[in-house]
Parts: sequence; C-alpha cells; structure tokens
Amino acid sequence: MSKRESSLSNLALTLFIIAAVAAIMLALINLITTGPIQKAQQQKEKDALREVLPSFSDLKTFYIPNIDGEDSLKVFEASYNGQIVGYAVSTYTMQGFNGKIELMVGFDTTLTIINTQVLSHAETPGLGEKITQSDFKDQFRGKNPEKFKLSVKKDNGDVDAITASTISSRAFCDAVDRAYRSLKAWKGGE
Amino acid sequence: MEYLIIIISAIFVSNVVLTQFLGICPFLGVSQKMSTAVGMGAAVVFVLTLATLVTYLVYYGILAPLHLEYLQTIAFILVIASLVQMVEIIIKKISQPLYQALGIYLPLITTNCAVLGVALLVITKNYNLGESIVYAISIGIGFGLALIIMAGLRERLEFSNIPKAFQGVPIALILAGILSLAFMGFTGII
Amino acid sequence: MNQWQNFSKGILKENPVLVLVLGMCPTLAVTSSAINGLAMGLAFTFVLTLSNVIISSIRKIVPKIIRIPVFIVIIATFVTIIDMVMHAFVPDLYKALGIFIPLIVVNCIVLGRAEAFASKNNVLSSLIDGLGMGVGFTLILTVLGMIREILGAGSIFGYKFIAPTSDGILVFILAPGAFLTLGILMALNNLYKNKMSNKPKNN
Repeated sequence: MSKRESSLSNLALTLFIIAAVAAIMLALINLITTGPIQKAQQQKEKDALREVLPSFSDLKTFYIPNIDGEDSLKVFEASYNGQIVGYAVSTYTMQGFNGKIELMVGFDTTLTIINTQVLSHAETPGLGEKITQSDFKDQFRGKNPEKFKLSVKKDNGDVDAITASTISSRAFCDAVDRAYRSLKAWKGGE
Repeated sequence: MEYLIIIISAIFVSNVVLTQFLGICPFLGVSQKMSTAVGMGAAVVFVLTLATLVTYLVYYGILAPLHLEYLQTIAFILVIASLVQMVEIIIKKISQPLYQALGIYLPLITTNCAVLGVALLVITKNYNLGESIVYAISIGIGFGLALIIMAGLRERLEFSNIPKAFQGVPIALILAGILSLAFMGFTGII
Repeated sequence: MNQWQNFSKGILKENPVLVLVLGMCPTLAVTSSAINGLAMGLAFTFVLTLSNVIISSIRKIVPKIIRIPVFIVIIATFVTIIDMVMHAFVPDLYKALGIFIPLIVVNCIVLGRAEAFASKNNVLSSLIDGLGMGVGFTLILTVLGMIREILGAGSIFGYKFIAPTSDGILVFILAPGAFLTLGILMALNNLYKNKMSNKPKNN
C-alpha cells in the first residue's frame, strides 16, 4: 500500500467520521435539552404572570398585532369566574444597551399598568441591570399611560431614569409603551 | 439613521475591545509598535467583514432552513478558519505587497475571538445583511482605533520608569483600564 | 514528572491567566461577579478536560496534517454541548455569560493544550493536565470575580453586606474595573515571584 494513494481517502474518511460522530452527538444532546429549555421559559412566563396580574382563575392566550411592526405580541387575558380582570402583554424592545430586552406588562381593564416584570435582558450589571429592581419598576405601578407619559424626563416624559443608565431606562419605556399602544389599538378595534 | 447609530455605538460606545472584551489577546500582543498596530487593524477590518458576510449566509442559507441552529458554533469556526487560510493563499498569489503588509497577521486572526464573536452577535442581535456588514466594518474600525491608541501610548511608555512588578502585561492592563474609563464618556452620545 | 506535579502546574507555576496570559477575553468579560467567574471556569474546565481526553485517545489514528481541523471539531462539539446544557438547566447563568460560552472554542488555552500536551501524552496525563489547567483558570476567575463583586457591588456570591439600596464602587464591575483589577493582581503575582526568586533556594 503506497502511502500517497491511501492518504487522501484516509484524510477524507477520518474527517468524515469525526464530523459525523460530532453531529450525531450534538443532535442527541439537542433532543434532550430542548424540553427543559422550553420548560424553563414557560416557568419564567408563569412566574411573571403571577407578578403582573391580579389573581385569576382562567387564562386565555392569543396574539395581537404589534403596532410598530409586522409581528405580533403574545397576550394573556386573565379572568376570574368569567369576568375579565386584566391583560398581560409579552413585549420587547431592541433599544437596550446590549440589545433585546423582553418584558411582561400587566394591565387592568382600564389599561392602567398593574406591574411589570423583566423576562430577559443583557444590560450592564450594576447600571442598566437596575431595570429589574423594584426601585425603578415601581414607578410604573398603578399609572395609566393616558396621563403618565411613558418616556424618561430627559425626553419630556414622566419616568425617572436610572442614574447613568438613560439608555436602559429609555428602552424599558419603549417596551412598555409598545405593549400599551398595541393593546389599546386592539381593544379599540375589537 | 439606524446605520449611523450602529456605527457610532460599535466604534465608540461599546468598543469591541475596551467594553466588550473581544480580541484582548491581539490587543495586548501586537500593540507594542505603531506600524504593526496599523497592519493588524487593517487585517482585522478585512477578515471580520468577510467572515461576517460568509457566516451570515451560512446561517440563514443553510442552518436556519434545516433547523440546525445548534450547529452554529461548530459551523462558524470551521468556516472562519478555512476562510482565513483561503484569504492568505489568494493574497499571496495576487499581490505580494499586500501579502507583506497583512500576511503575517492573518494566522493570528483565526484565534481572535472578535471574529467569531461578531459572527455570533450579528445573529443574536437579529441584524439584516446590510446592518451586519456595517456592524462588522465598524467593529473592525473600533478594534483598530483601540489598538492604535494603545500602541501610541506604549511607545511612549518605553521611556518611562515603571516599577518592576508592573512591567509588561500589568501596566498594559492598567493603561487599557484608563482608556476604557475614557471611552465610557462616549456612553451619553447615543 | 509525577501526576501531582502535572496537576498542580496549572494552578500556579503555569497558570493560564497569570503566567501564560492566555484566555484573557472571558477572564475580563465575565468576572463582574464571583458566581459568573466560577460558572465560566467550570464550563471551561469541562470543555478542556474532555477534549484533552478525546484528543489524547485518538492521537495515534488521526493523520498529522488534518489534526488541527479535527481538534477544532472536537472542541467545538464539547462547547456546543455545554452551551445547550447550560441553556436548559441554568438559564440565568447562561444569559449572564452570553457569547463567552461559545467563544470557549477560540480560547487559545484549549487548542494550545490540545496541540502541546494532549496530542503527545497518554489519556491519564491529558485528563490530569486538563483538570489542573481548568482548576487554575477557575480559581483566577473566581478570585477576580470576588474582588470585583466585593468592591463594586458590596456583596459576596450575591449576598449583600452593605445597605441594600446603596451601591459599591461601581467602576469595579464595569469594564475599566476588569482591566485595573487584573493588572494589579498580575503585578502582585510578579512581586511575589520576584521575592521568591531573590531568596536562596534550599532544595
């Protein structure tokens, strides 16, 4: 067996086997982890719903058109013994300091904000990260965006921005505002 | 406007080296002399843009339609490694002066995590093709800028009297820290 | 060299961060808290140890000219595995470490150990080498994370010891703090080494 002849097919074969084994292993692990990944996300959603909605007995999930884009926002309609008590909108903004921030915003039937909860973010620890803390979030509770302008004071709004984190605060307002306007437009057209 | 924000934030506000910590190894390794810093900066802009373009096409052309998103890391690194090799061979063939200017930096770039980092970031940030290219070029320029400033500072450092324990990497890190502080001043501009 | 020396060299004498100055990106980026540093270190140790073992066990089969692509595929596979596993079971940490998990693949330490050690030594030595380097890396990241968290946020592993509404010295958990803290840590290590080498050796 001359070394030259065998080497090219050998090389190809070795690479092929290694790549195939790697791909099969990854496909397997992917299969195993998909379930838990989804479950963790659902758990997070469930926890957030409990934070932002009043106590409810029934939950209806549907999608409403996003007023700023082509996509849609997920809405949870909460009712207690047949009476609608509030809506939770799963909203987002792309204007965070490090990209996307996902929020859950709860409204009562008059579209007053009940509470907000951050689902995911990548803001700077110690600065923008404070959007997840009640010091910042609590100023939105019980406010109706009809009278409470959802932008930071620097932009002539009513929201106190986090010191040194105007970008993150602005992004948070953007997400809440999107949820409010989309929900309002949907309710108006219902 | 969108593009302008991407450019300014990639070069100044979240500078790839000084705030995102990508490409630290070449930043510390080849910032001793101004001439090498310029060469390395140019090579990175070139490879980064090309690599982002190709990995973008691989992701949205092959991986996403086949639902193989979980193979992105493995696919991207192989694409980047072969791309760098190919670029090296092509440049060597077509332009000797260009090869002399950039050639020696090319092998170093494969392990520059900024390249893979940007390829991955473009996917997580959901950029379209145009935005991805602009982002990649700006990141490259931001890297070059940091490298050149650093080289300028280190050339002057040659003549100063540094405590023995701080000589070499420690003083470079302290310098980088002060530079990073200075770059934080850009945060307010977007 | 016995196995104990093989293990312990990664912790001080050839510490990947302090001495070899490799793997700086994750070292600086994820150490804004002790727990992040620890998690990154463990993920890294997992990848390094397993890829060392696999590479060492197939070192005689793989033809020499294609060894680098083969190493890269093996390393990238383990990186993707830890990426998916962390996404599934520790989603918050996964979010905090962000793209620095997939970036383990271009960490010079991993490919460096594969090329310099695992491709030349037996499986057991490679396993121990990987563990030692991993522990050394984890140790530095955790210490760095701890220092930055104590100074910057006033907490240790998330437990706050200053008034809950007050901030620490914020700059230490921001980007500049990473550079400054690591720079000073390295200088201290140099100082210690200089002291040691000035002393007469008694062995």
